[in-house]
Amino acid sequence: MTEIFGIPIQAFMGQLMLGLVNGSFYAMLSLGLAVIFGMLNIINFAHGALYMAGAMLAWMGLNYFGIGYWWSLLLAPLAVGVFGIVIERSMLQWLYKLDHLYGLLLTFGLALILEGLFRDLYGVSGLPYSIPEEFAGAYNLGFMFLPKYRAWVILASLLVCFATWFVIEKTRLGAYLRAATENPRLTQAFGINVPLMVMLTYGFGVALAGFAGVLAAPAMQVSPLMGSNLIIVVFAVVVIGGMGSILGSIVTGLGLGVIEGLTKVFYPEASSTVVFIIMAIVLLVRPAGLFGREK
Amino acid sequence: MKRKMIGALVGAAVMSMATGQALAQKAPAAKLSGDMVKIGVLTDMSGVYSDLGGQGSVTAAQMAVEDFKAQAKPSWKIELVYADHQNKADVGSNKVREWYDTQGVDMVTDVLNSAVALAVSKVTQEKNRILIDTGAASTRLTNEDCSPNTVHYVYDTYALANGPGKAVTKQGKDTWFFLTADYAFGHSLEADTTNAVKASGGKVLGSVRHPLNASDFSSFLLQAQSSKAKVVGLANAGGDTINSIKAANEFGLTKSQTIVGLLTTIIDIHALGLPTTQGMMFTEGFYWNLNNETREWSRRFFGKHKKMPSMLHAGTYSAVMTYLKAVQASGTDDAATVMKKMKATPINDFFAKNGKIREDGRMEHDMYLVEVKKPAESKEPWDYYHIKAVIPANEAFQPMALSRCPMVKK
Repeated sequence: MTEIFGIPIQAFMGQLMLGLVNGSFYAMLSLGLAVIFGMLNIINFAHGALYMAGAMLAWMGLNYFGIGYWWSLLLAPLAVGVFGIVIERSMLQWLYKLDHLYGLLLTFGLALILEGLFRDLYGVSGLPYSIPEEFAGAYNLGFMFLPKYRAWVILASLLVCFATWFVIEKTRLGAYLRAATENPRLTQAFGINVPLMVMLTYGFGVALAGFAGVLAAPAMQVSPLMGSNLIIVVFAVVVIGGMGSILGSIVTGLGLGVIEGLTKVFYPEASSTVVFIIMAIVLLVRPAGLFGREK
Repeated sequence: MKRKMIGALVGAAVMSMATGQALAQKAPAAKLSGDMVKIGVLTDMSGVYSDLGGQGSVTAAQMAVEDFKAQAKPSWKIELVYADHQNKADVGSNKVREWYDTQGVDMVTDVLNSAVALAVSKVTQEKNRILIDTGAASTRLTNEDCSPNTVHYVYDTYALANGPGKAVTKQGKDTWFFLTADYAFGHSLEADTTNAVKASGGKVLGSVRHPLNASDFSSFLLQAQSSKAKVVGLANAGGDTINSIKAANEFGLTKSQTIVGLLTTIIDIHALGLPTTQGMMFTEGFYWNLNNETREWSRRFFGKHKKMPSMLHAGTYSAVMTYLKAVQASGTDDAATVMKKMKATPINDFFAKNGKIREDGRMEHDMYLVEVKKPAESKEPWDYYHIKAVIPANEAFQPMALSRCPMVKK
């Protein structure tokens, strides 16, 4: 059998594929963070909690109201987005002119409250959410056994990431957004409602987290702690990609997923640290991140 | 006149001193410090293990106190306090020190998480109180780090490993691969199971060590799959076990390999649901649906906690009851006397039949090798297990001959 670094090529390809699946989650979450940081200058620590809220809402929808997976995929992000808008209007909007630290502390506090709330209601062991029937089973790729649902996760995440990138970089709306980031006063002088755009951007950013949450619900256990387990890695991804860089967060998210996946084969003990080692190296060599611009 | 006054005052003073002395002399006759027994439940109230112990343990201890009061009608008061150790050894031992020094706590229980338990056991010995640990897994509590003040009540890694390690291997599933949480608890669980597997003629093909709270287990499971071992042993706990099982199911491991959770409880099964967990085998220290006695108590517990008890919850009730009975019988809360009484008295309640606290502090009782039912076989909520075998008390735990506890005379 052919081998790469002493690992059978089949196992190698399998791990590559799994890395992509995890990378998809990183990409989607870090994309939301990057959009929010890019446009609002807020380090949104509540992102993990909102991702968890997305998964929780999907579970609650199914078990209390009989709302299926597909509707959840639409409704849960909407609900999370609306919740985000309420946060932005009632709290965050007063912090834009202050130091980053204030936004970080506020969103971190919100994350703790959200997690505590769900923990109190449902406990920490989590709740089962079964895979939708359309995706039961798996594809035999020859080199591995890929569950259909995981394939769908990669596809859905790539679509969402591409759409977001396209809207921000290639459309008129995106141009307004970028202008509003660059110089909010001048943009407002041109008759564009900047506060409204900022509000919608935050709503959209956290809706992405909610969407990732629903996607994760069938693949992982729905639990109040699922967000805090992931969020630190996602922040590392954003830092490596360059704070606020859209393309950077997508590419780094997928890339780091793959690197982490391979670490799990070669030296599993280090799989939770490898991302941070890379972060340290990147910060030493390129402090603004791989795709970031120095201001 | 004045003199008379002074005389009366002195007389009164002497009188009061005399009665004071008499009272002071009388106090030791009751032999209970503060005429009260105070019990502390130290547990994880909000972290990964809070469903396993947590509020449920506090509820169970409360039930024990109420039941004891109703049955034995003690002349002394019983008070219950509880605290969150946040899974941190320093937080736990500081809290317990405060309890012992300033609040007059006599006995501490639950104390899940081995790291916290080992620290608390040290403080307890230093302050000469009693620890009845119902939550921690490490066998060190009754071996290298055994203490005359510590009882290990419900289970340990040896008991967890022994049941499935031997029984599953003897069924012909004789090649194993481990998914191990990369810290002391995981390592010792893997080592104990490896011994049991080898003793039964099985082979271990390999293992992969994953970080605690890993977010995704599919990579590790793929390695387990390609090892072609007949059994995949999960030497992890809590959320890690839950996510491992979920991924094992998704990647089709459950069709070709047997998944054995080495520390799996009814709480995990409830969280995952029967469709995902059916056919799994593991060791439990308690099951609510065992007989009328366990059902009766568990339903009462369910009424208060809205979940069926884990083995920790049932064990905590039993431990508090055992302790209070020993205090009643010996008429003191002096640690050494109560401990002697507990070690001399067999434990017979819904949790343990002929349970015995050994010289090294290990409480020996029957353990159960269970298999998770198929969804169709489950008749009611929480009806989850087939009991495959009852592992008798003297086989379930590490034999005294192998003890590494310095207190044990050889």
